[in-house]
Amino acid sequence: MSEHVHRDDFGSRLGMWLFLVTEMVLFGGLFIAYSYMRAKYPAEFHHAGMELNVPLGVINTLVLLTSSLTVVLSIVAIQRSEKARAMGLLGATLGLAAVFLVIKGFEWAAKFHHGLYPNSAHLATLPPGEQIFFGLYFTMTGLHGVHVLAGMGVLAWVLAMIAKNQVRADRYVHLENAGLYWHLVDVIWIFLLPLFYLAA
Amino acid sequence: MSQPSYLVDTGSRKGLMAWLTSTDHKRIGVLYLVSMVTFFFVGVGIGLLMRLMQLTPFQHLVTAQTYNALFTVHGVIMIFLFVIPGLPAVFGNFLLPILIGAKDVAFPRLNLASWYFFIAGAILAVTALFTGGGPPDTGWTFYAPFSIKSGTNVTLAVFGAFVLGFSSMLTGINFITTIHRLRAPGMTWFRMPLFSWSLYATSWIQLLATPILAITLVLVIFERLFGIGIFDPSKGGDPLLYQHLFWIYSHPAVYIMILPAMGAISEILPTFAQRPIFGYKAIAFSSMSIAGVGSLVWAHHMFTSGMSEFANMIFSLLTMIVAVPSAIKVFNWVSTLYKGSIDFQPPLFFALSFIFLFCIGGLTGVMQGALAINVHIHDTYFIVGHFHYVMFGGTGFAFFAALLHWFPKMFGRMYSKRAIYASWFPLFTGFNMLYFGMLLLGLMGMPRRYYVHLPQYHALHVVATVGSWLLALGLLMFFGSLLWAIFRGRKAEGNPWGGVTLEWTLPSPPIQENFEEIPTVTHGPYHFGKEEQG
Repeated sequence: MSEHVHRDDFGSRLGMWLFLVTEMVLFGGLFIAYSYMRAKYPAEFHHAGMELNVPLGVINTLVLLTSSLTVVLSIVAIQRSEKARAMGLLGATLGLAAVFLVIKGFEWAAKFHHGLYPNSAHLATLPPGEQIFFGLYFTMTGLHGVHVLAGMGVLAWVLAMIAKNQVRADRYVHLENAGLYWHLVDVIWIFLLPLFYLAA
Repeated sequence: MSQPSYLVDTGSRKGLMAWLTSTDHKRIGVLYLVSMVTFFFVGVGIGLLMRLMQLTPFQHLVTAQTYNALFTVHGVIMIFLFVIPGLPAVFGNFLLPILIGAKDVAFPRLNLASWYFFIAGAILAVTALFTGGGPPDTGWTFYAPFSIKSGTNVTLAVFGAFVLGFSSMLTGINFITTIHRLRAPGMTWFRMPLFSWSLYATSWIQLLATPILAITLVLVIFERLFGIGIFDPSKGGDPLLYQHLFWIYSHPAVYIMILPAMGAISEILPTFAQRPIFGYKAIAFSSMSIAGVGSLVWAHHMFTSGMSEFANMIFSLLTMIVAVPSAIKVFNWVSTLYKGSIDFQPPLFFALSFIFLFCIGGLTGVMQGALAINVHIHDTYFIVGHFHYVMFGGTGFAFFAALLHWFPKMFGRMYSKRAIYASWFPLFTGFNMLYFGMLLLGLMGMPRRYYVHLPQYHALHVVATVGSWLLALGLLMFFGSLLWAIFRGRKAEGNPWGGVTLEWTLPSPPIQENFEEIPTVTHGPYHFGKEEQG
């Protein structure tokens, strides 16, 4: 098949936005489940929320917000043909994403240590509402973590494209789209923080 | 023609590999056609087996557990592998760029990836039948809490459906972007053929509803693997939440199934009546309003589940309202034929069969929307009969009509019209024996999903089973004659039906990038040299 010379940056961004809509609806389903369950078990959600480590949650929020900032700065850099700076900033985003996952890992490990995970013997002794809280907590932060990993994969791929000059000052829609995806990952976390950590 | 047809391999790869790596939307459409018709016949085979079971009132041939697996797998295959991708994946892919005057869809490689997601999901679903605890036995709806307790291989089957959802979503993204960005000069929104409008509406539903199914299925998988408890009453979860989440997707999904079918009918009728479609804008807007209102009626599947009376009333009302845009379409189609110069050909024949069967399906749907009746017919054969009238009589017959309509364009060959007419008689007769039989059985009280039946239902069950044989015979004749035509049929002209939309300006089969030169559009889609429109 002959290659199309056709190029439509606006179309690419539109496609990305539509994809982000599907992601929002995906998490929307979980938010529906969350609100239904919270309305059903307000006291248990309050009590279970106290188990979460608020300082770590807030630090992770700052880490993710900063990583979103570095993506934006990387786009600015590529528009100015500053390749090295763009790559450095994107590398910083990847580093911050890794920090986020490590902190999250410590939090999860602590919950496992306390026996607060689905199907654990300890959790089964708690009231149903608290069991649901932790079921939702692991599902939603876990799924968010999967999105962080996917986002890191996309960012790393764009980083390689910058290195090969396939993404450059006159052609950077890939970086923009990767950035859009990364902001989505960020935005979802911003909803998860109050719903779980600040539920108490 | 200077450029070769899309059926000719010009790249470095030849034969099958050239097809499997092609990003040409027309080839991808044909890939979907071949894979889906294959799955369709597997589904038909399972359906026949179930009907054979019901030939006697007693258990024979297969065990009760196998019967549960059969209706589950029949539903999963037919819904996720045939009717949902159905017309958009085959005819949408093949025609959408041509209808709006583009060389391909907006993201051709993503389009090919969607097909691979489709095949991957299908392979996962089929693998689930032969591994683990055996084929799933939950019914295609995977209702919790049974789906989280069943020892059968639900996890893998559900994951297969999740992957299929991806295919559907990505196709939706592709089509919306294509319609927004790649319309030819002069192809304004209201000059688009109605099939494109229906694809646009469908794509939005795919985009907004499918992720809900995806997350619901993920929750079922997590529930089975980790026991998160959201649908498990023993841990404080709520099975009703599953039903809501499932139907928030799965009801709009029936409009994913039927809207493109309606779009295809809206192309066929004006062509064979040789006059502009009656009420172009009404049909276009009714597609969009079906997509909108259809997203708000999901709980009519749950009237007997213990929801509040108030919620029942609201959803019943909304359900009645969806019938309005559907009826607008039917009246407009019929009005299109009025005073037309009707050329009676196989595609029109099947399109009219569609209208007849869809009306029965649609009106029985309104019956079920009424709360008092719903309580009596819930979970009976009436539901099964209604669903098959809409999905098989509706989408299925529209699929056949669309195939007959565009077959000469797709393959450059003409089928034997006599063979097609001959296949229609067993197909249509068998269809009505089978599914009208089911409607009557349901009214008499025959519950669905039972592997045996009481003697009072026996006579109608025999009628239905005999009908299923006729139906299968008709299907074999239909697809057999088309298959024969692909290889042996006489060459088709560029415009065998006298159509005026853009695909008929191309040679049959079309050239690789559709248009030598992107056309400039100066008038509406159904401009038969008489009334100006749009």
